[in-house]
Amino acid sequence: MSIFSRLAEKSWENPGNRGLVDPQDYRPDAVTVGVYVYFGVATIVFTLMAAAYLVRQGMDTLMDHGIDGSDWVAMPEPALLWINTGVLVASSLAFELARLSARDGADERMATMTKLGGLLGLAFLVGQLILWRQFQAQGFFLAANPANAFFYLLTAAHGLHLAGGLFACGRTVGLMSGGAEERRVRRNVRLCAIYWHFFLGVWALLVALLVTT
Amino acid sequence: MATTLADDLKPLHHPKTWIGKYVWSQDHKVIAVQYGVTAIAIGLVALVLSVLMRLQLGFPGSVPWIQPENYLQYVSMHGMIMVVYLLTALLLGGFGNYLIPLMVGARDMVFPYVNMLSYWVYLLSVIVLVIGFFVPGGPTGAGWTLYPPQAITEGTPGYSWGIVTMLVSLAIFIIAFTMGGLNYVTTVLQARCKGMTLMRMPLSVWGIFTASIMGLLAFPALFVAAIMMLLDHLAGTSFFMPTLFSFGQTTDTVGGNPILFQHLFWFFGHPEVYIVALPAFGIVSDLISVHARRNIFGYRMMVWAIVIIGGLSFLVWAHHMYVSGMNPYFGFFFAISTLVIAIPTAIKVYNWLLTLWRGDIHLRVPMLFAIAFIFTFIHGGLTGLFLGNVSVDVPLSDTYFVVGHFHMVMGVSPVLVIFGAIYHWYPKMTGRMWNKTLGQMHFWLTFLGTYAIYMPMHYIGILGVPRRYFALGETAFIPDSVALANAGITIAAIVVFLAQGLFFFNMIWSLFRGPKADPNPWGAASLEWQTPDTPPVHGNWGPKLPTVYRWAYDYSVPRPERDFIPQNEPPA
Repeated sequence: MSIFSRLAEKSWENPGNRGLVDPQDYRPDAVTVGVYVYFGVATIVFTLMAAAYLVRQGMDTLMDHGIDGSDWVAMPEPALLWINTGVLVASSLAFELARLSARDGADERMATMTKLGGLLGLAFLVGQLILWRQFQAQGFFLAANPANAFFYLLTAAHGLHLAGGLFACGRTVGLMSGGAEERRVRRNVRLCAIYWHFFLGVWALLVALLVTT
Repeated sequence: MATTLADDLKPLHHPKTWIGKYVWSQDHKVIAVQYGVTAIAIGLVALVLSVLMRLQLGFPGSVPWIQPENYLQYVSMHGMIMVVYLLTALLLGGFGNYLIPLMVGARDMVFPYVNMLSYWVYLLSVIVLVIGFFVPGGPTGAGWTLYPPQAITEGTPGYSWGIVTMLVSLAIFIIAFTMGGLNYVTTVLQARCKGMTLMRMPLSVWGIFTASIMGLLAFPALFVAAIMMLLDHLAGTSFFMPTLFSFGQTTDTVGGNPILFQHLFWFFGHPEVYIVALPAFGIVSDLISVHARRNIFGYRMMVWAIVIIGGLSFLVWAHHMYVSGMNPYFGFFFAISTLVIAIPTAIKVYNWLLTLWRGDIHLRVPMLFAIAFIFTFIHGGLTGLFLGNVSVDVPLSDTYFVVGHFHMVMGVSPVLVIFGAIYHWYPKMTGRMWNKTLGQMHFWLTFLGTYAIYMPMHYIGILGVPRRYFALGETAFIPDSVALANAGITIAAIVVFLAQGLFFFNMIWSLFRGPKADPNPWGAASLEWQTPDTPPVHGNWGPKLPTVYRWAYDYSVPRPERDFIPQNEPPA
């Protein structure tokens, strides 16, 4: 039943439950619903930051004071930015293989791929920290320019979300080794993969924003 | 210790100790009370601040230690506390927590641990906010809108530390709300009992559900703005801080865009009006239906109106910024969208009135508050139509007309609903009845008192009296009657303030001495009144979850034993 037909129900007309299916038979579990709802929150967070980025970049406020143009100086694009991006793609691929393994019931491969995905995710975060240090060593400090400030802000927000994902991944690995219920472990692996793909997508859009402006 | 109840997939955590049961509780009902008590406690602080402001305005200089900078701090803290820490927290954290699982037939929120965490993080945000009163320079005096550059510029009260505690507190609050909001939305989507279709949910749940989604989408704007302003203030970035001249010298900041902050703030700020209003709309619909013994008029329209208002409220934010120098075409767009939102809102008002029409109206205290809400909301809503028009808003902006408008529409109206809701659900929450006479006295003093406060504000606003001013001084266009009006408003405000003592006394006294309540004293059809225990115990429903067979508004049915059919009663 589509959402529109659900919202068009004339609930006062037909008391009773004839034809109604038990919700347990079709509803996704709460954690899955919760993760999807959170994607909505994350989408709005990054959209607003990206909007603020574009607005601030377009400011031309120094003209009033005799300095023509904008104070925005774009950040460079070092090789490490692309290496980190590649590592995140690999991490996402590993999680996808873990998800497929969970679907096929290949538990051993699922465990291996989940751990690999997590390790690559960790490598991405370490790489981002190294990238920050490189920028700082070159004088691209947070307050030196609005482009720098946005770069640190966006990458920090993205990194914190991935750190949260790593925590969930760590718990899933813990559940595997603790012999938890299979259904729950596979559900968690699937959610880790979806979460990782989502934040890979976010990262792709952020990189596109950073390198094209 | 965990036990599995018959039809649950997940074990419930039943605490054994007093601390586990009432402090570190994962029971949605206890968390609701924790949210409610904390929100009301901090709300009382804001109420005291408003009385101090009124004393200064009504009787200037009567309290010598209120200085101009204190006055601005009271304005700022009063506004933010009332909007965010009281109304949002109480309506969603308090009523959302209490009502959602009971009304949809669930045992608890779907993530009880996260729910508990949400409350404690909220409490932390309140503590950080209160710390702001004690830091050097005191709390921020930048107004509740916290506009840069003045919020973090020398000369504004609390510009150094007060603004930091405010922004940090807001960021913590938003984290708390996100945890709570995820719970409310997911519980409604995922944990409704068998037979509880979306269109069988009571309107209270629809209001809270939609407001929670809106909160999840709107609060991030404030979060982003708060973090960026903190970085501007503490790390020297220039997201919002423009080039400023001070004593002939430029400051360190360059190029920032203060209007960007306004956009982010109001992208949160306007939906916030409806985050507060929609739960109130839903709750008042249920109160009116129950106490008028009539099924709610136009249930589907009521649901759709809630959803449409929720959606449209994201398209009107810049009507708060008509005087910011925006492009007139933007003003035109936002004026149109603002007026369009009046259509679903008017549908709701008509439907409340049509529910009352020829109803078997019982003027019990909750109903008195519900009907009073209709009055105040219509008044506040109509003045909103004035201010939605650019040409009317520009001269009235920053006058007391605006203060009167928003207090009526999003201060008094939801507060009246909150009182009505507390009186309505108190017997279920405590198993006791409150004192009727005290309740009626509380109602009349509050209702008439708020009119005495806010109607004159519209008058002095039209005369051009500016808001946020510590003292008016010698101003040619302000007649003497303004001073008289201000004194009258202050006296009314003090009376209303004192009248709240009746409410608190009634609630606390009745908790111990009130007569035992019937499990369903109002004869309500919705599910929360059908629990096997009153007050409901942890798990709510005994060994088996309820099954729902009908909507929540089967009233005035021709039956000898009772005039309503509970939602969980199977058809004959």
